[in-house]
Amino acid sequence: MGKKRKAPAVNATSSADIAFMLLLFFLLTSSMDTDRGLARRLPQPVPKDQKKEDVDIKKRNLMVVLINSSNQILANGQYVELKDLKGIVREFVENPYNDESKPEKVEVDVPYYGTMLVTKHHLISLQNDRGTEYQAYINVQNELASVYNELRDEMAKKKFGKAFMDIDEEQQKAVQMIYPQKISEAEPKNYGGK
Amino acid sequence: MGKFNKAGGREMPELNTSSLPDLVFAFLFFIMMVTTMREVTLKVVFRAPQATELQKLEKKSLVTFIYVGEPMQEFRAQMGTSTRIQLNDQFAEVSEIQDYIAQEKSSMKEEDAPFMTVSIKADRETPMGIITDIKQALREAYALKISYSAQPRVN
Repeated sequence: MGKKRKAPAVNATSSADIAFMLLLFFLLTSSMDTDRGLARRLPQPVPKDQKKEDVDIKKRNLMVVLINSSNQILANGQYVELKDLKGIVREFVENPYNDESKPEKVEVDVPYYGTMLVTKHHLISLQNDRGTEYQAYINVQNELASVYNELRDEMAKKKFGKAFMDIDEEQQKAVQMIYPQKISEAEPKNYGGK
Repeated sequence: MGKFNKAGGREMPELNTSSLPDLVFAFLFFIMMVTTMREVTLKVVFRAPQATELQKLEKKSLVTFIYVGEPMQEFRAQMGTSTRIQLNDQFAEVSEIQDYIAQEKSSMKEEDAPFMTVSIKADRETPMGIITDIKQALREAYALKISYSAQPRVN
């Protein structure tokens, strides 16, 4: 017991507590959650002096999806349930049997794939009423996005054996050439409004 | 068998905790890097719509938020209960969006401005009319990349 002792070190135990306090403060005041959402691109604004010209789109290339103020969905004039919308849109975009009434297929040279028949000119026009609920609109947007994601995934799997998200950028571009996402969010109209 | 000699008076050496603060600090810096400070206090009731096909917003510094929803309880007396837009910390009209976007754009680096994304955080019961107005205003302001903020759907 009578041996010589070292001078006790400075007590640093509490510095851990201080650091923990800072840590907690930052944990509480900052948000870790990454914002997620459906990404879309808006069209360029129309110059004010320019008259709106009707773009000539063949009828078979166009699908009008309308959501009315009671959140009902009309696809090309026919009432559809949300769960059925995906199948209809998918058939429209893919046109697997080269149907006369579905979008025409154009030969396009795609890297990796070679010449492909692509429904290049198809267009989904998404229209809504001013009274449509946002959730209903997002539901439809979501269904449309899932159609494209599904088709692209299948195309990517066929060629590269991987999902669309896992292939590199060049390959993604090629797949996007086969299934270009063409959703037009038209200016709103007041259908059967309130 | 001196090893088992209890009379040796040797105590168990204390666990060295002097590096613990360093560990915690390293963790702290990590948290500070990956998170952003909550900049705005929400003044509108916002319940995100649900969807499944979600994409992450990539660069936080390039994202501008527009909140849409009914005013919170404490603001109802002044603002009423109809759906309002919130830009930064205050309520705004649709006509103010263009200025707001221009201001946000000018505060960015010039090379980043084309990649600016506007995240529309709208309540799920918002009527589309106001969203469409916002979209038109964003078009006019050349903020063409938008994202409809949503939560992953739980089945």
